[in-house]
Amino acid sequence: MAEKTSIILFSGAMDKLMAGSIISSGAVANGMDVDIFVTFWALLQLKKNGRPAPTLSPDAGNMAGQIMQVMAEKKIPSWLDTLKKLQEIGTVNVYACAMFADLMGIKKNDLDPIVKDIIGVSQFVDMARESKMTLFL
Amino acid sequence: MEDVKPTKVIDARGSYCPGPLMELIKAYKQGKVGDVISVYSSDEGTRKDAPAWIQKSGNELVGVYTRDGYYEIVMKKVK
Repeated sequence: MAEKTSIILFSGAMDKLMAGSIISSGAVANGMDVDIFVTFWALLQLKKNGRPAPTLSPDAGNMAGQIMQVMAEKKIPSWLDTLKKLQEIGTVNVYACAMFADLMGIKKNDLDPIVKDIIGVSQFVDMARESKMTLFL
Repeated sequence: MEDVKPTKVIDARGSYCPGPLMELIKAYKQGKVGDVISVYSSDEGTRKDAPAWIQKSGNELVGVYTRDGYYEIVMKKVK
């Protein structure tokens, strides 16, 4: 069985979501399967409709505008497109957090088809227990 | 190098780390043993990452070549 990486995506900031998709690429390159648990502000970025406008984390400070521009100019793929491409060569499972989904009245149908299932935190922690590394972004 | 003809060439110039490496891995997975896969990359990270991956994965690193404004990394699929 392949080694596993677990990632919790909490922040809805584009730079953090991209960090998640890029680290996932590194995991797949190293032959690892990836389980991603998407909650809170990150989950809003998986909605089919009504996604909040993309922002960067506060770390970007006054460079935010410049970075957004550079990413657009260099045609950096979105975090979601990176994950979808990754699924062509490796195992990347994306799960939505049941608690936040319930809170916001979000159903599986409201989310991008990349979401495999809506699961509870206990189920995800059980997956993370079996994995080699767990990241919270 | 000149006598090893690539089975497949991936032009990933303009794509950023880890893009070119992921393209290479995709071609590797779709290919067969004996295939020689060449990737063009203008990205510095890939120049280090791709050879490391090729060796770690038990394949053969044919070479890393500096071309005009990009790198060419060539691997042979051994397994």
